[in-house]
Amino acid sequence: MIPAPFSYARPTTVEEALQAIAEGGEDVKVLAGGQSLIPVMRLRLAAPETVVDLGRVDGLRGVRDDGDAIVIGAMTTHSDVLSDPLIAEHAPLIAEATGTVADRQVRHRGTFGGALVHADPAGDLPAVALALDAEFVIVGPGGRRTVPAAEFFVDYLTTAVEEGELLVEVRVPKLAGSWGMRYEKFNRVAQAWSIVAVAAVVRRENGRIAEARVGLTNMGPTPLRARQVEEALAGAEATAEAVAAAAERAAEGTEPSSDLNAQADYRQHLATVLTRRAVTAAAGL
Amino acid sequence: MTAVEDRAGLPSDEPAAPEIGKARRRKEDARLITGKTTWTDNMVLPGMLHLAVVRSPVAHARITHVDVSAVREAPGVIAVYTGQDFAEEQGSLPCAWPVTPDMVNPGHPSIAVDQVNHVGEAVAVIVARTKAAAQDAVELADVDYEPLPVVLDMERAVAEGADLVHDHLESNTSYHFVFDAGEMGTGSDTDQAFADADVVVSRRFVQQRLIPAFMEPRSVVVQPQGDNYTMWSATQIPHILRVMAAMVTGIPEHKLRVVAPDVGGGFGGKLQVNPEEILCLLIARRLGKPVKWTETRSESLMTAHHGRDQIQFVDVAADREGNVKGLRVRLLADMGAYLRLITPGVPALGAFMYPGIYKFPAYRFECDGVFTNKVPTDAYRGAGRPEATFAIERIMDELAVELGMDPLELRRRNWIDAAEFPFTTVAGLAYDSGDYETATQQALELLGYDELRAEQQRRRESNDPVQLGIGFSTFTEMCGLAPSRVLGSLSFGAGGWEHAAIRMLPTGKVEVVTGSTPHGQGHETAWSQLVADSLGVPFEDVEVLHGDTAISSRGLDTYGSRSLVVGGSAVVKAADKVIAKARKIAAHLLEASEDDLDFAGGKFSVRGTPGTGLGIQEIALAIFAAHDYPEGIEPSIDAEATFDPENFSFPHGTHLCAMEVDTETGFVKIRKYACVDDVGTIVNPLIVEGQVHGGLAQGIAQALYEEAVYDDDGNLTTGTFVDYLVPAASDLPHFDTGNTVHAAPGNPIGAKGVGEAGCIASTPAVVNAALDAVRHLGVTDIRMPLTPERVWRALHDGGDGGERATARTNAQAADSTEGPSMTGGAL
Repeated sequence: MIPAPFSYARPTTVEEALQAIAEGGEDVKVLAGGQSLIPVMRLRLAAPETVVDLGRVDGLRGVRDDGDAIVIGAMTTHSDVLSDPLIAEHAPLIAEATGTVADRQVRHRGTFGGALVHADPAGDLPAVALALDAEFVIVGPGGRRTVPAAEFFVDYLTTAVEEGELLVEVRVPKLAGSWGMRYEKFNRVAQAWSIVAVAAVVRRENGRIAEARVGLTNMGPTPLRARQVEEALAGAEATAEAVAAAAERAAEGTEPSSDLNAQADYRQHLATVLTRRAVTAAAGL
Repeated sequence: MTAVEDRAGLPSDEPAAPEIGKARRRKEDARLITGKTTWTDNMVLPGMLHLAVVRSPVAHARITHVDVSAVREAPGVIAVYTGQDFAEEQGSLPCAWPVTPDMVNPGHPSIAVDQVNHVGEAVAVIVARTKAAAQDAVELADVDYEPLPVVLDMERAVAEGADLVHDHLESNTSYHFVFDAGEMGTGSDTDQAFADADVVVSRRFVQQRLIPAFMEPRSVVVQPQGDNYTMWSATQIPHILRVMAAMVTGIPEHKLRVVAPDVGGGFGGKLQVNPEEILCLLIARRLGKPVKWTETRSESLMTAHHGRDQIQFVDVAADREGNVKGLRVRLLADMGAYLRLITPGVPALGAFMYPGIYKFPAYRFECDGVFTNKVPTDAYRGAGRPEATFAIERIMDELAVELGMDPLELRRRNWIDAAEFPFTTVAGLAYDSGDYETATQQALELLGYDELRAEQQRRRESNDPVQLGIGFSTFTEMCGLAPSRVLGSLSFGAGGWEHAAIRMLPTGKVEVVTGSTPHGQGHETAWSQLVADSLGVPFEDVEVLHGDTAISSRGLDTYGSRSLVVGGSAVVKAADKVIAKARKIAAHLLEASEDDLDFAGGKFSVRGTPGTGLGIQEIALAIFAAHDYPEGIEPSIDAEATFDPENFSFPHGTHLCAMEVDTETGFVKIRKYACVDDVGTIVNPLIVEGQVHGGLAQGIAQALYEEAVYDDDGNLTTGTFVDYLVPAASDLPHFDTGNTVHAAPGNPIGAKGVGEAGCIASTPAVVNAALDAVRHLGVTDIRMPLTPERVWRALHDGGDGGERATARTNAQAADSTEGPSMTGGAL
């Protein structure tokens, strides 16, 4: 379990990091918490020419209040996310999902931004970011740009972050009104990846569901929004029956993979059950 | 007043509380847990070189060309060897258990010469200055393979015209082993019993392939010194390894020292002579330099031997009242590509346990050992007995369903009553002691059985999405391996005795040398407790030495729940001899007759003369000085003993599992688990409970989580812990454990063995519980592990969910009486 040889850079600022990436040669990998990258390097499934370690870039760590949004630094660890008061207040869904990520040791090393940029379809945070309409702030040689979650996840393990760029922070809009949230994760053992999971964010108004956003984990190469469910729920009565009927549509249009844990049809079935449970809980039913 | 008494803080005439029965924390744990100890991979020797193994990426192929010239040029590489380089001297890895006289053993080279038969087989070995350099050079090896057809499925492998794993053999069958109680005279005619029966239930169970998954990877260091060799290895069996390695390599046994330093788990997975151990010896001999090999976790999962992997065809015959009349078992047992140390013996060991705790009048067992292009199977916690226990405890539930009886009532009707011990079973084993009824009663109370049954009823009636079930496993096992004569009768290549020595040091401290080599069991603590009581010395004054053939010259190591039963008994016998020797010295020094001496609390005293006496630790000093001792004896009270048990010991217990099944998702969750085990006399309750907990975790893991899966090309799909699911504490319930104690009559301690109990008992309890929860919904069986998907499919599609995990139930099973060789085989 020894990785192939590689060059190593350890910048202390974002500018230094961009420079190290630019100078790193053909195949540069950015090391955040290393909980996905290091294992694949040890298995020699990845053999980068250069590893740029962001561990000393202090400016990328932490959560701040930015008026209508909270801003989470890309290098904020999962365990820091779990104890952060701003996240607890404005985006408890993130904390709930983060609490299901792997095990305590991994959560002390793994980072919020690293998990999102890795974009593993079975990872928990992409669907959450999607459901919360988060925005991704990316810097590169060409400057700084912001990408909405709906455009961030491009394909299997692929995001809008281009070569030479870095994800520096994630903006999560504060939600106005009476919102409930729930992350329903289904896996076989506590530290395993999600077989399927559902992130639900629901606003109730006058006994009705005014708005619902449903993110699906591991139902395709990227996280998905269950748009048919969202449309069926918009304006629906806040009843168990209405939620159940809407949830039946959770798997429509999805093409999940088949693997050791689940065939595609079982994943689709799970998506409907978990959506019903997540929305029911988020709606306070 | 002696120094010892001062430290103990006790008045000299007040005996200390007995050590046996004390829940002492393990004295070895601080160093084991912190890693500040000699794990093999921690060892660094001057000039030591590092090995990396080039492994076959294909399951079955002829090696047509090997080009290692680029490897040789790589930085840091000292040498590289292929199979051709060792073809003349590597011999075959040993198989010590020819279960039948005509068993076919194709032999097993440590490094493949012209053919590979499973993925991961060694094809070249690289020797480099650093581990990294060796690893970097692996991908430079260029090996050409000419693919051969891959044989993976046992049932296809034994069919007519099957592709062959070893094309120089006639078939893929290694052996056909039969135990027929009628022929052996231990039971009546099985075919007749089935012909006469009211009810026959037949099932096909699949014991999936498991990976032992010990925590410390395998690691070997070999140091040549002249024509002497020292091998350190993360092994369970340094003594057996020494003999075997000497025989394989031709290095004379007295020139080879084997050391198992602290070893981090094995579960049977390190009861092996590994190819890499032999290769390290061969390379160290060639280069004259110390070498080290430590496997990666990927190598471990892929190439260390696996366990289980059997297909079981089980038929039970009974009358309408639920009295069992006969049992027939036919196994297909996957050997993998080769026969390793005890590969063929594992299913044969199980043969004697299929009747379980029940009074079957007739029994027949047969097993085919089958070659496939997979890594060999071999011992894994329980080794044959978990498979047997699963089969009998599952089919008893199926019979209860067929008869419309309560599964516990059916068991009660057929189990051996407490008054009937010792009881000779239809398999010819003499069960030593026990009381199944009492253990069961205690377990029912621990579980809260009646309340859970009531809740189960409520959930059924309300059609709750979460259904509840309760599963039984009333098990026994054969432990204390093993009476040497019995092993001889089973053609096993060694005995089953164990050896111990006790050395009394001048300061009164005690060294205990045991031949039973621990790899995490807590021998040092338990043996110290034994000796503290036997010799009456403080627990802290005892040091236990083990695992080095230069220190512990005789031994047969640790497996099969044998250590305390056999190895501990040897320690007690040696202590008895120390006392007998010391008695003569004491009599001499106290100027009394030996017959007038009492020995208690570590002290000899003259009967009727209170206040006089001589401690055994004082005698140790006196005999070291040797200024004054009787004529005609040696000036030593050290002693050795070898204990060979007359019989196995038979722990038993009742395990109860309450299982919640989410019928919407198929997710199963253990609601409560209660077990009462009778493991005989308990030396250390904390160690016993730890063994039960760990065993339960592994048994539950077989039921719910673990399976080694190969793809159609013979690649191990579950090659990392992401896919091979080993449960953690967070995935397991609280365990309610209890004990009954019926001392084993066959050894001086009264211990029966506990290392495998939880692992053997729990698997069927868990599966029975899940089925009990959903059988009313049309589910007949679910293949292990009970993944949520398998449970959901069984619920969704009915039956067994489409996996061929079950067969049929017939009141009159027409074709199951056609011929014994195909019992259940057509299912």
